[in-house]
Amino acid sequence: MPRLSRYFIRASLIYLLLGLTAGALILTNKGIPFAPLVWVLLPLHIETMFVGWMSQLALGVAFWILPRLAGDAPRGNERWSWAALVLINLGLIVAMAAPFSQWPWPSTLARSLEAVGFIAFVLGNWRRIYSPTFGLQTLRRNQG
Amino acid sequence: MPVLTRSFVKASLITLVVGLLIGIWQQIPGFSIPGLSPVYLHLLTFGWLTQLIFGVALWMFPVYTKEQPRGPEWLGWTIFACLNLGLLLRLIFEPLQGLAPSIVGGWMLVLSALLQWLAGVGFIINIWPRVRGK
Repeated sequence: MPRLSRYFIRASLIYLLLGLTAGALILTNKGIPFAPLVWVLLPLHIETMFVGWMSQLALGVAFWILPRLAGDAPRGNERWSWAALVLINLGLIVAMAAPFSQWPWPSTLARSLEAVGFIAFVLGNWRRIYSPTFGLQTLRRNQG
Repeated sequence: MPVLTRSFVKASLITLVVGLLIGIWQQIPGFSIPGLSPVYLHLLTFGWLTQLIFGVALWMFPVYTKEQPRGPEWLGWTIFACLNLGLLLRLIFEPLQGLAPSIVGGWMLVLSALLQWLAGVGFIINIWPRVRGK
């Protein structure tokens, strides 16, 4: 498993823990109300579970198992994928802080960082989505 | 595919079907029950997607050790039991609390929250050492 995938997957596991903890507190509060303020965690719960956990895990596994390219850079230009890791996690941190902020712009900034991060991943890995036949032809062309 | 993964995948598929049926039920005018909407969402996101991920990850990630390729077997089964029991309690008691709130129902939701949380923590403990290079 490449280093970048390990970072993506470990980050996703941390967000799984955060998201589950927020969700468990919300459900506990539904059962036995102890702090109405717990509801402020709902956006954090949704963001960490969908973007932090599921989407980031998917990117980590995709970077690991998508077909590799012939040549010196089997996983394409990895800078795009590293940028995705940084931008998405920066976006998530801003998104988690946003509900506690009094200004509306942190949520916009968080979503923008996440979106640019995902686009960066797509740009970096688009060429790796090919059929085996096409890959074989490319390999032969590069060798020939 | 190991038995544990088959159990996770089959349970996730059953949860998907139950979730979809609840989704249809919710749309029938006059049949919607308070508390059913979060149950529907969690059956699809936790019972279906996350459970499928758990099952496949436990199967396909780099092995833990030669002797225990998928980590301690008991931990895998504990995760499976906690996740599904937690969801089942939620499926029963969250709508019930919407219709007829009770102290017992409230505590069952607390137990459901704890079980689902434990399932996630168990998975993280199990899979963390397996997130590594060759």
